[in-house]
Amino acid sequence: MIVPPVPSEEAASAPFWDATRTQRLVFQRCDDCGAPVWYPRAVCPTCLSGNLTWTESTGRGTVYSVSVHYRAPAPELTDAVPYAVALVDLDGGPRMLTNVVDCDPEAVRIGDPVRATWRALPDGRHLLQFAPDPAGSLADPPTSQ
Amino acid sequence: MSHPMRGSAAIVGVADEVSPTGELDGELRAIEARVVRAALAEAGLTIADVDGLFTCTGGTMMPSVELAEYLGVEPTWTNSTQTGGSSYELHVEQAAAAITLGLCETAVIVYASTPRSNRRRGGAGMGVLATPERVEWEMPYGIFLPIGAYSLAAARHMAQYGTTPEQLARIAVDTRTWATRNPRAFSREPITVDDVLSSPMVASPLHRLECCPVTDGAGAVVLTSTARARDLLRPPVLVLGAGSHHTHSMISQMPDLTSTPGRVSGARAFAMAGCSPAEVDVVQLYDSFTITVLLALEDLGFCAKGEGGPFVGDGTLGPGGALPGQTSGGGLSYTHPGGFGMFLLVEAVRQLRGEAEARQVDDVDVVLAHGCGGVLSATSTIVLGSEATA
Ligand SMILES: [Zn+2]
Repeated sequence: MIVPPVPSEEAASAPFWDATRTQRLVFQRCDDCGAPVWYPRAVCPTCLSGNLTWTESTGRGTVYSVSVHYRAPAPELTDAVPYAVALVDLDGGPRMLTNVVDCDPEAVRIGDPVRATWRALPDGRHLLQFAPDPAGSLADPPTSQ
Repeated sequence: MSHPMRGSAAIVGVADEVSPTGELDGELRAIEARVVRAALAEAGLTIADVDGLFTCTGGTMMPSVELAEYLGVEPTWTNSTQTGGSSYELHVEQAAAAITLGLCETAVIVYASTPRSNRRRGGAGMGVLATPERVEWEMPYGIFLPIGAYSLAAARHMAQYGTTPEQLARIAVDTRTWATRNPRAFSREPITVDDVLSSPMVASPLHRLECCPVTDGAGAVVLTSTARARDLLRPPVLVLGAGSHHTHSMISQMPDLTSTPGRVSGARAFAMAGCSPAEVDVVQLYDSFTITVLLALEDLGFCAKGEGGPFVGDGTLGPGGALPGQTSGGGLSYTHPGGFGMFLLVEAVRQLRGEAEARQVDDVDVVLAHGCGGVLSATSTIVLGSEATA
């Protein structure tokens, strides 16, 4: 696997990565215009406000697009193909690039409900991925605002 | 009243270097110098005439300053703006603006890249895409860039509009048919839709034959004022319209994967040119992948959003089709050193001058060149015309 770099303490993304240690999915929301912000930043890319508040997500979402990769971009991923690279729209939140795992990658469809799952990283953080959510269509509306 | 930039600058010289092996001889600076000399010679100009220089690769921190020193140019207008494959259409727009305002009189746009011979020598591949944001938020997920990003766009378009693999494959087939008429093209064997669909899937839904190869290549374009152009050796090719736009850098930040910045760059270019897609005789659309062409056709207004699949489905872009496209053989079959936008311009000019030999389209007066850089991130659109459009 490719381990993402550990951000410096002052990096905008540090609270996100800290939360992954306890498998909590958090993202920023703008206090001034309400827009969800992804990836973590010092300012809102909708209105340039610096007033952003970390919000916890239910981890439920929907597949916006998916591509099954049959060739890996790096030697450390050669044994992992085929795998599903996807864009997931988080319920009430932003769109993120991710993987859909714990399933046949070729069976993942656009529009499928998914939920967050966590892959342990060597340093105690976790990598956010998603898995099919059979209860997705029956789930309560998202409550994390 | 027409736009002050419309037709005020003209392309007066072009040159490109490609190779049947995909590799060019010589070091990068020598290749750049060769294409500059060849493009100036076409116009009957010399390096002493050049007071505007545009280049965004081949150097370190200040590409145009470094190349200017090498060539012995001391320009009054300099530009190293890099928007990926669309950089060269952007450079035409900015050169035409500078010439219109009298900030420079004769501009040269230069590009050379040798990724294929670099790879043989063990050099780095697509490391230029490794921005800090991608390293943190995309690369841990194993996305293969740039194809993975274009695959996500293609998958979304298919799900949203019913676009089929056969329709996308048709784009690769038509482009290859053009390449069979170009002895300088890298891939010249005819292919069928079945060949495309039975080539290995790289990142679904895109197959290997829907992807550009990696080759060396180089090119140069010379522009000057249209008034001066009329005294030079070749028929002037007028810059009628130009537009540029970008919306994101990473694919996960693209607002809508079925809608590219070409909607804005194309509309601006047509507005400046005072013409519509119906008046375009030939298109040169950036074709890093088949989906890149399909999205451009829709966003530039050649067909409605979502109708790109049926539009290309019957050979529209091929020889004899209603909208001949990528007539050199495109990035898919002619050459692809990374910045194919340069070669779109060179072929557009050859079609307008009637110099395209076995691939010449009849009665060409308006050609559109549309560059696309990054991962559908940045586009620049140029409308070029013959003297008849002045
Ligand atoms: Zn805001």
